[in-house]
Amino acid sequence: MSSVQQDPVVTGEAGQGGVDTFPGMVAGQPVEDAPATDGPSRRKSRRSRTQTWTTHDGQVVHPVTQTWAQALRRDWRLYSFLVLPLLFLAVFRYWPILGNVVAFRRFRPGGSMFGDEWVGLYYFRMFLNDQQFWHAFTNTVILGLLTLVVVFPLPILLALMLNEVRSRHFKRSIQTISYLPHFMSIVIVAGIVFQLTSVDGTINQLIEKFGGTAIAFMQDPSWFRTIYLTSEVWQTVGWGTILYLAALTTIDDQLYEAARIDGANRWSQTWHITLPGIRPTMIVLLILNVGTFMAVGFEKILLLQNPLIYSTADVISTYLYRVGIVSNSISYATAIGLFEAVIGVALILSANAISRKTVGASLW
Amino acid sequence: MVTTDLTPPTPEAAVAARASSRTGTHVKDSRGLRAFRLVNGALLILLAALVLYPFVNIVAQAFSSEAYITTGQVNLVPRGFNLVTFDVVLSDPMFWRNYRNTVEYTVVATAIAMALTTTYAYALSKAHLKGRKFFIGVAVATMFFNGGLIPNYILISHLGFRNTLWAIVLPNAISIFNLLVMKSFFENFPSELEEAAQIDGMSTYGVFFKVVLPLSKAVVATMLLFYAVSFWNGWFGAFLYMDDPNLYPVTVYLRNLMAGVTGGTSIQGGGTDNLTQIGANVQAVTMLLTVLPIVCLYPFIQRYFVSGVMLGAVKQ
Repeated sequence: MSSVQQDPVVTGEAGQGGVDTFPGMVAGQPVEDAPATDGPSRRKSRRSRTQTWTTHDGQVVHPVTQTWAQALRRDWRLYSFLVLPLLFLAVFRYWPILGNVVAFRRFRPGGSMFGDEWVGLYYFRMFLNDQQFWHAFTNTVILGLLTLVVVFPLPILLALMLNEVRSRHFKRSIQTISYLPHFMSIVIVAGIVFQLTSVDGTINQLIEKFGGTAIAFMQDPSWFRTIYLTSEVWQTVGWGTILYLAALTTIDDQLYEAARIDGANRWSQTWHITLPGIRPTMIVLLILNVGTFMAVGFEKILLLQNPLIYSTADVISTYLYRVGIVSNSISYATAIGLFEAVIGVALILSANAISRKTVGASLW
Repeated sequence: MVTTDLTPPTPEAAVAARASSRTGTHVKDSRGLRAFRLVNGALLILLAALVLYPFVNIVAQAFSSEAYITTGQVNLVPRGFNLVTFDVVLSDPMFWRNYRNTVEYTVVATAIAMALTTTYAYALSKAHLKGRKFFIGVAVATMFFNGGLIPNYILISHLGFRNTLWAIVLPNAISIFNLLVMKSFFENFPSELEEAAQIDGMSTYGVFFKVVLPLSKAVVATMLLFYAVSFWNGWFGAFLYMDDPNLYPVTVYLRNLMAGVTGGTSIQGGGTDNLTQIGANVQAVTMLLTVLPIVCLYPFIQRYFVSGVMLGAVKQ
């Protein structure tokens, strides 16, 4: 009796007379029959020594390991499915990561895409002494923190509110409406912001109705953060509830019943049962949010900002866009981008580690 | 919860069961609870109104006359109803060209994305595939690490993709999130069906195209919509890599309208009356026409989207 290391699904082309079928995969054939090529046999013996187990009737079972040649021969059609996607990942995902080497080299238009000569940390020193960069950095941190504090908790609140609704019809209508902004292009969202905040827009109409004077919102730096956060809430709060609502349905009803018998009121049920029940979801989403902290809403800010409000609206990503794409300082902008990305990765790794240590939930 | 075609334990069933059990054990709601329900419902209605208001406002502006807009009198209903702006926008050849570009980019990009995502996801769903962990890992890692704006920009420029469709289509050909959703769907595909087809002499290709795909219409439709909406809404790739206004998608057309950099050839409406009309609400009309397909599809889309997100979340 041989056993298969993973799922015992026989997928080779069984209909083709077993030519492509790897003998070891077929139940009932002795392990010794597995063709072993001399190359990886050392690895094979090491692995089988560590992974043997015994069946109920006392037989020692060795797992079957395949060499790449065998795997390819058997599954070449499946592997052919991988070719284009892997090519995509290599060219459009991994190549640009290597392209960050430009941050350490001088880039000339028309020259190599990896730059022409090493300049070491020249560009990093350059932005460390760049007032405008630190300005953008501060704005990024403030906006990122505000997003975490203001935008992140609201879907939880909305999910809890929806959870208290008895009428399914009403609940579904609210959900349908609140998901809608998620499907809008960022350009549309920016257009809506411009429209509502314009001098003759709705918000200024309300202000004038209550005796105030119209405010030129998009030309006043002190309003930008409020406007950005509001538009972010508008677009994401409904959609953000989906995962929480799913988590809420998994909470065991008996917990609520037991709590009621113990005399717990609605509020303490929410506090002691509902919130702990959705905590894993909250933590995973929080970690993911921390990971995108540095990249705060790049496209939206790029659409909304103008030079008059750079003092609050310029973030690292928009600054590096202007430096790299508009002013064409490729290497300098790459250095800034690399710095931003490293902070982003460090943030997500540490958030993950902290959460695993303290609450035992983590992404991986 | 909204209907989920894809997840076997439907959340509604759970919600319904729970709701009934709750009402069952409750003898009578206390006055405090009733008041809470009332406030809760009122707040939710207020929220829905706030979410909808901007859309209503766009529609109202699109049909209003310029005089009312500039004096700030247009909120919920159109004032001075007219269709002049629609005439102007729709008679702009550039608008049509850009709109057609959006359709073209969306169709091509979605087709390529679907081909790559379904095949990759299917291969990854096979537990016996040697190197599977690695092939999953190289994809998932790109969710957390990416090259950044400038290296991508250099790459696309060096590949000679500027001012071509490929600059928009290829860099976003696989969304890892969609890939994982599809992979978990295929992992739960009944393997008996595939085995039966293999015994009938089908190769992996035959099994995939003739058995698995036709039986996965729900998830394929979900992914199709995921991709189509994201490509329809996309603007930054085109903004970055296209220099020729003839190649812009409609989102970039709208962006330029908002930024006030519309090309001189763009809007050249009829007489002077039209020109003042245009200045005021051409944006609203363009926005309306850009979101129109999505709003029309929304009632159908939304159901699939929610089930797609749930599938990804529940199964991972």
